[in-house]
Order: sequence, then structure tokens, then C-alpha cells
Amino acid sequence: MFGQPTSPRIRAALAGTLSAGLIFGLAACGDGGDDESGSTDASASAIDCAPYTKFGDIKGKTVTIYTGIVTPEDTPHIESYKPFENCTGATIKYEGDKSFETQILVRARAGNPPDLAIVPQPGLVKQLVSTGKAVAAPQEVSDNVDKFWDKAWKSYTTIDGKFYGAPLGASVKSLVWYSPQEFKDGGYTVPTTLDELKALSDKIAASGKKPWCAGIASGDATGWPVTDWMEDFMLRTAGPEKYDDWVSHKIPFNGPEATAALDAVGGYLKNDAYVNGGLGDVKSIATTTFQDAGLQIIDGNCSLHRQASFYAANFDKSTKVAEDGDVFAFYLPGPDANTKPVLGAGEFVVAFADRPEVKAFQTYLSSDVWANTKAKLSSGWVSANKGLDPNNLTNPIDKLAGTILLDPKATFRFDGSDQMPAAVGSDAFWKQSTAWITGQDTATTLNNIEKAWPK
Amino acid sequence: MSTVTPVTSTPPLVADKPSAAKTAKKRLSSPWASLAAIVLGVLWTIPTFGLLVSSFRPERAIKTTGWWTFFTNPTVTLDNYRSVFGEDGGVNLAAFFVNSLIICIPSVLIPLALAALAAYAFAWIEFPGKNILFLAVFALQIVPLQVTLIPLLEIFVNVKLTGTFWTLWLSHSAFALPLAIYLLHNFMREIPAGLIEAARIDGAGHVSIFFKVMLPLLTPALAAFGIFQFLWVWNDLLVALVFAGGGDEVAPITLQLANLSGTRGTAWQLLSAGAFVSIIVPVTVFLLLQRYFVRGLLAGSVKG
Amino acid sequence: MFNTASTTPEKILQMLSALLLFAAVMGVILFIAGRFGGRKGDRVVAYLYLLPVVLLLAVGLVYPGLRTIYQSFFDAAGDAFIGFDNYGTIFSDPDQLTVLRNTVIWVVLVPFLATAIGLVYAILVDKSRFESFAKTLVFLPMAISMVAAGVIWKFMYEYRPDQGTVKQIGLVNQVIVWLGGKPIQLLIDSPLNTLLLIVVLIWIQAGFAMTILSASIKAIPDDIIEAARLDGVNAWQMFRSITLPSVQPTVVVVLTTVGIATLKVFDIVRTMTGGNFKTSVVANEFYRQTFNADNQGLGAALATLLFLLVIPIVWYNVRQLRRSEAR
Repeated sequence: MFGQPTSPRIRAALAGTLSAGLIFGLAACGDGGDDESGSTDASASAIDCAPYTKFGDIKGKTVTIYTGIVTPEDTPHIESYKPFENCTGATIKYEGDKSFETQILVRARAGNPPDLAIVPQPGLVKQLVSTGKAVAAPQEVSDNVDKFWDKAWKSYTTIDGKFYGAPLGASVKSLVWYSPQEFKDGGYTVPTTLDELKALSDKIAASGKKPWCAGIASGDATGWPVTDWMEDFMLRTAGPEKYDDWVSHKIPFNGPEATAALDAVGGYLKNDAYVNGGLGDVKSIATTTFQDAGLQIIDGNCSLHRQASFYAANFDKSTKVAEDGDVFAFYLPGPDANTKPVLGAGEFVVAFADRPEVKAFQTYLSSDVWANTKAKLSSGWVSANKGLDPNNLTNPIDKLAGTILLDPKATFRFDGSDQMPAAVGSDAFWKQSTAWITGQDTATTLNNIEKAWPK
Repeated sequence: MSTVTPVTSTPPLVADKPSAAKTAKKRLSSPWASLAAIVLGVLWTIPTFGLLVSSFRPERAIKTTGWWTFFTNPTVTLDNYRSVFGEDGGVNLAAFFVNSLIICIPSVLIPLALAALAAYAFAWIEFPGKNILFLAVFALQIVPLQVTLIPLLEIFVNVKLTGTFWTLWLSHSAFALPLAIYLLHNFMREIPAGLIEAARIDGAGHVSIFFKVMLPLLTPALAAFGIFQFLWVWNDLLVALVFAGGGDEVAPITLQLANLSGTRGTAWQLLSAGAFVSIIVPVTVFLLLQRYFVRGLLAGSVKG
Repeated sequence: MFNTASTTPEKILQMLSALLLFAAVMGVILFIAGRFGGRKGDRVVAYLYLLPVVLLLAVGLVYPGLRTIYQSFFDAAGDAFIGFDNYGTIFSDPDQLTVLRNTVIWVVLVPFLATAIGLVYAILVDKSRFESFAKTLVFLPMAISMVAAGVIWKFMYEYRPDQGTVKQIGLVNQVIVWLGGKPIQLLIDSPLNTLLLIVVLIWIQAGFAMTILSASIKAIPDDIIEAARLDGVNAWQMFRSITLPSVQPTVVVVLTTVGIATLKVFDIVRTMTGGNFKTSVVANEFYRQTFNADNQGLGAALATLLFLLVIPIVWYNVRQLRRSEAR
């Protein structure tokens, strides 16, 4: 049984998809594969192999892919590579690791990188490129990205004129989680402007309940949820152009725009009347893990929790995440009902080798075929790939996220802290935000971050 | 817990030494000493005990009520252990278990043997530069593992060893040496000089003194260090990740347990069960090696 | 033999051949050493015994250590030489001064308390009927990885507000409530939080101290104890005049080892507070600068600072070594 170490994984993968297939069976049918013989058919369903023939005979070759995506989210990934493997006869070796973000740099610097890495931050892509070990994406990938993605996405990984990584998945961060039942009982309506959000918060607070719950503890990354809050408000109070200037440091980190944005966040997170439902006072935000905070909605201790679409994974199996379920999310409204800034994030595929089989696999991952295959296999996953058929997104929150991402009226912006230099984006910004929650004033906080920006 | 085995192994050795038996009696007759020992023992166990209880509670209960409420309102579930053993998650712990053992055994034996020889040289042979070298070796304990990662990995890449167990055996051995030499040196120094001198007068060389005089006397120290080195290697995640990569062929069980909690979750319930699964082996090793700690080994050979 | 083994028999075979290879190398060394008899050959024997160790250490620790010191004089990307600027940053920034203060508190409290507790416990349970069981209890925390220990204690210190239906889930706050107090956010207020983190490491290291000291206590010759007993000494006198002097060298070793381990600990701080709320220590800052902030130079400088902090401990050991040489 230990003969092929990969076999248990694949078996598990099959089992996983099988149950996913049962739950989301309806959508999976669209492909023509029948439900019973299961996902092997569905995922191995004949894709068009033509795009990969030009890379020559790559049968028996192996491509290694290294990611931070681990059990159980890795299963649909591994499964979604099958059609490519069936087409080409190449083998994809998947390696998931929770400490990916530090390890990939160590490996790249020491000259032992994988063939491909799934990198969740443009800032990290830049660091990897600066090690000199990353190779630019092939023309085929570049063409796919031009065809299927908004051009902003391509810019995130274009460094010194060279394009390095095709986007893969995406998540929407501008979401507020709430209990549909509570809204119905209390007669609350989903707000469509920031003023309405404030009014709603006041209304709930007046009923004697703390409306918001928040948590920013996350080990050495403690503080990151505040950076998301601030970026969301920067987009809304200063607008997308100023936001871009702020992220790229064309305007100072501690300028009037940023001060206004952080103060606006303070209106929620540092407001004793608003927080921290079921968890304590303002300071308790700093020690509550981001995973736990939103669970207070289920317990009825709080009504609103701002967190990305992936937060759906934190509710246990008995919780129904849907518009008519126990918990759901609404779009964090813009300054007015017609302006729709969206804060999001995503992953990019960066290559460290340019062998034909690696190029072929990169091409597959950047295609609409892969996006649709993956969408059918997983829940809790969306992509900004325009070739993605929203009908393939099965669960309600993915549908919501997909709709927001593909909405032509929306102005998408990538998570700013993920693009900033590491000294700010994954150090000072987090640390100072945490200090801000526990009492440090806005001006000191922003000045300290500005000071940390590498000259 | 398996308390029976060691208890039965100790008494015979103690019994034939009247003095020791008397001491034991005297100890037990002091109620304050016993009380103090019990209080310390309980205090030390509570956090782990809480973890054990939690590992049998449902996820929701863990997150909303304290584990001590279990005794008034017991709700038992094996779900956490089921997930750890992959009945619904799809992880085959057995393969990783084998990897962990394969990594551990040489990583304990090699530094232990090397350090015993080196400690002997430092303790009982006169040579120029001895003290400086000893202090240098000892001070190397401070080098944080993290600074060695990139330089060592570069070397392993150059000699094409990445992804094999060799990287782990070699690096774990190197990292263990400073502490091992330091600890064993201390134990060697405690052995009466007269023993060595006597052996030398009898014409024994350093090789036979090492094997015939030192090794038998050092058993408790070797057992003690062996346990700790085993623990550190068993619980190591970082070294395995960097040098061997997380591939299924070489990844230890810690890696699998670390990844169990999901990409974005904390999954406390899985961690609690996983911690207990991974704790079983070190504790068994501790219990097995404990019998080497008994008094008399050293004293006996001095007399003989 | 040097390839990746993928099946279990292959893996076991590889392990056995590695051990055999190692045994062969050792055999050669011992064989050569055996040919140098008498006092003249001592030097050769010593160098032979040390040869493999020196080789492994030179590659595994000395070279990376020197490289780190070299790097500490360079900037974040490791390109430009900037002299002592990184060190200037460490000693001028008020946050970094707090880090230094915390590190000192850790290094003073952890070794002494862990050793004291380990020693007392080892003596108390020595020769008792439940020795094995009792020792296993204190040893258990050692068997848990530091990260898991951090999570266990984070749970111990967990805070829930003093609100109608909300129950405490952390034992420490529950005890406070049972005693009639109000729950406290234990990990936020400095310097209490640093002390609470220190408790975690003491909890872990006491098991190490106990195991090593217990082995040493058991090495005290029976006749000495017997003689003392015939003189009619009480338990305290026995401790003062027999046990303590006998284990004293081992106590120094344990203090030193735990002290150095304490300097290097960062997992506990990282898991429990992430170094926030004024709880960071040098090792955590080193990790943060190297891996989060991508400032190789400053990270290396912090690691070098760790090397420097160990000097007092080395110096103390030099004195102990001299004393034992004089013996």
C-alpha cells in the first residue's frame, strides 16, 4: 500500500469530489458526465488537447507545483489537473505547505525552487523575481491572460516590462457577513451606501446589541484584517486613483487621505458602541483570532462582520451559508449606490523552469477550460477569469463573489498590503494596526508605517 | 496511561540495596514532600489534560464552553480523531509515520555516537587547544537554525541530495552536536579520574577505555540525551520542510499534522487530536528508556 | 543509495545502509586510533575523535554563522555594504529597546525557575513508588512541539467578556471568575503578558531540567548517602550537603542549556501574541525581519546580537571549567 505514495491522496481526492458531486450534483451535470461513475469522468471529461500538442511529446515528464493550499482545499486542485494529465501523459506533483510564503523564498534563494509556485501576493512575486530564479511566462500564457482577464490583473505581475505570473483564483474582500434571519426579524435591510451602513449599525446598537464583531489575531500575521478594512475605506473615501497612488507610495502613507480612511475605520472598530459583540471591548479585537470573530453571528452575539469570501470555510458543516440560510454576506457598500469599488485578492502562477511540460501546464492553468473544471470541482473558490461560466459556481457565496467580480460596473482593486514592500505589507502595517487597536492614535500609527517604508 | 511497565522494572534493582529502600521509605513518610510533588505534578498536567479532554469534544463545544464543563455535561465525539486519521479528510498518516521513524533513528544514533567520542576526547585526553575548541563547540548552540537554512540548502543542491533523507540525517546530526557534546562532557567529567588512570596503568588505550569503562557508565546520560534528540527531531517541522521538501516520500508526520488544520482555519479540534497522536511515540520512548536512569549503575562499577 | 526512496522497504534499506556506512566510518576512525597507544599518541587520538564532529560543525553551523555576521553589515537586499547601520537601528528604536528588555527578563527567569522546579521535583519523586508516572507528567510538555504548546496556553489564557450568556473558555480566567473576580485580557497588558509567556517556556523546560538532573541525582554513590544517613542528617541537610554539591556541575549545565534555548525561542511568542503588545524578543524579531519584512541585513544583525548575548553564558562556563580543572 505504500508503493505509490501519491495513491492515497488521489483516492481521497476522488472520494472528496464524489461527495462534492452529490451536494452540488446539479451543476456538475451540465458537462454531460454522469453522476454515478463520478468525478473521474467529469474531470477527465474530454478537454480539447490541441493547445498542448505544440509543446511536443511530454509524456512521462513531471511538473512540480508548490503551494500554500493544504487539506482539504488541495483536493479539488489536484483533481483539476487530471484532464491535462490525461491529455499529455505528464504527471503533476503537488506539494501543499502552510508555511509556503517563507519557504518559497528560502528555496528560490538557495537554488532549489519547484517548477511552479502558486503565489498569493504580487509583492512576493516581486521578491521571487528579484532572486533571479523566476522565469517569465511563455507567450501562450500571456495570450490567455490578455484574452480572459482584465488588464489590471496582468499588471500586478508585470515587473520591468516582463510578465511573470498568470492569475489563478480570486477572492472578494469587500463583504460583510450577517444573519439573514436576524435581518428579517429586526426589519433591517441590506445597506447600499456607506451612510446606510452607519445608520444600520446605529440602529442595531440602539437595540442594546453590539452590532460588529471583529478579530485580528493571526499568529505572526496579527493585524492583517485591519489592513483590509483600511484599504476598503481608502477605496471608498479617497477613490481608486488615490488608492493606487497610496499603494505605490506616490502619495505618503500618512497623508490626509489615509488619515481620513483610517479614522473612518476607527468609527467602527474603535467605537465602543459598535464592538466587540460577544467578545469584549475594543481591545479584545486584538486577541480574537480572525477565524473565531465572525462565529459570534451564529451565537446571536453580534450582527455584522467584515471579512473576505473565503470566510465561508470557517463555519462548521451544520451552518447553512446562503441568502436564506443561517449566515450570508452582502457587498460592503460604496459611497453611493452607483459607485462599486471592490477590494479583492488572488493567486498567481510563477514558473522557475521553462521546460516544455512546464509551459504546457502553465498554459492549461491560465485557460478558461481549467477555470471551469476547477469551479465544478470545488466550493469556496472563484476566479476573475472572464471565460468562467458563473453557472459552474455552485455554492451561494461563490456565486455572490463571482457576480461581484464579473460585474462590469465594479472597480476592482487588488489588496494593497499584498503589493507593498514586505517591510510594510507584511510587517509594519500589521504591527502598527494592532497597536492602533490597543490604543495608539491614528497619526502615530500612520507615521510609524511611513517611516518603515524602504527608501 | 501505561504506568505499569516502568514501575515493575525499578523495584528489583532498588530492593537489593537496603539503603535505597530506606531512603524511599523516609521520603514517603514526609507528607509535605509528597504533597508538594502532587501539587507540581497536577499543575503541570492540567494544560495537557485540558487538551486531551478537548480532543474528544465536538468543535462547537470547544469554541464556546470550557473543557472542564465536560465533567458536568459530557459530550464525547471521536470525530476529531477520525479527521486526523483521514476517514473523511483523506490523509494517510501511516506513510508519514514511517517517514518520521526513518528520519529519527539515524538522526539520534549518529550524533549520539559522534558526541560521545568527542566528549570523551574533551574530558579525558590532553591536547593543545582543547579548552578553546570545547568552548567554541559549546557556543555554537546559539546559532539559530534559521540562519543555516539557505547556506546548507545551497550545499545540498550542489551535491544533489535535496529531497532525500540524507539532508535530514546530516543536518539534524550537525545541529545536535554542540548540546550533545556539552551534556555528555559534563557526565564524563563526573566519572572518577582514578578509574581512567587505573585502566591506563593496566595498559588500556583510549579506544578500549572508551568502550569498556565509559560507555557502560554513560548509559543514563546517553539515554537522557537520546530522548531529547528524539523529541526534537520528531517534533521538527522546519528542517524537514526546507531540506527534504514537503513531498510525500520524505515528509514527516508533523508536516501532515500542521497542514491538517486547513488553509485558512485554526481547527483547534484537529490540532488537539493531532497533538495526541504525535505525542504517543515520544512518551513511549521516554517510558522505555526510563529504566536506564536507575541508580546504581555508576556506583556499582566504581566498587567493581 | 543517494536517491529519493519512495517505498517503505526502499526507505528502510536506505536507512540501514546509511547506518552501516556511518558504522564503517566510525570503525575506521577507531581502528586508526587504536594503533596509537601510550601517552604520545593521545593527541592523534583526540583529533581523530573530533574529526567528524569538526567537519560536520564547520559546514553545518560555523559557515552559516560566519555568513550571517558578514550579512549583518549589508542592507535589506544584501547588496550594499552599510557598516554598523543595522546595529544602530537595533539600539536606537524604542520598540527594539523593549525587545532587549524582554529578552533579558526571559533569560533571567526561565533558566532559574525551570531548573529549580526540575531539581525540586526530581528530588521529591526520587525513589518514590510512583516515580515513573510522576516524571512522565512533568516530561509530557517536552513531548509537545512548541507551536502546539503555544496553542494550548493561548487557550488557557483565552478571554471572554463578562456578559450574560458568554462563558469563559480559558481556565485561568475561569478560576479568576470562580474566585469572584472579573475576567482579564491576559495577553494584552504589559509586562504581565511577558510573564505569562515565560510561564509557557518554564512549563516546557522544567521537564528537560528534571530528566537531566534526575540522571545526575541517581549517579550519587549509594555509600555517600548511606554514610550521611548513619550520621543522622535530616532531609534539608541531605539536600544542602550531599545532593546539591553532587549535582552542582549538572545544574550549571542545565542552566546554561536552558538559557541558550531561551535566547533562541520564538515559536511561543509568535504563536501567542505575534510579538505584539510589547512581548517580542530578539529571536522573534530576527525571524520577523528575515522572513516577514524581507530585511536580510537587519535579520542577520539580530542573529549576531544573539551570538553576542551568549557571551556572558560562555564566560560563566569558562569559570566553571577552570574550577573543575583545578579540582
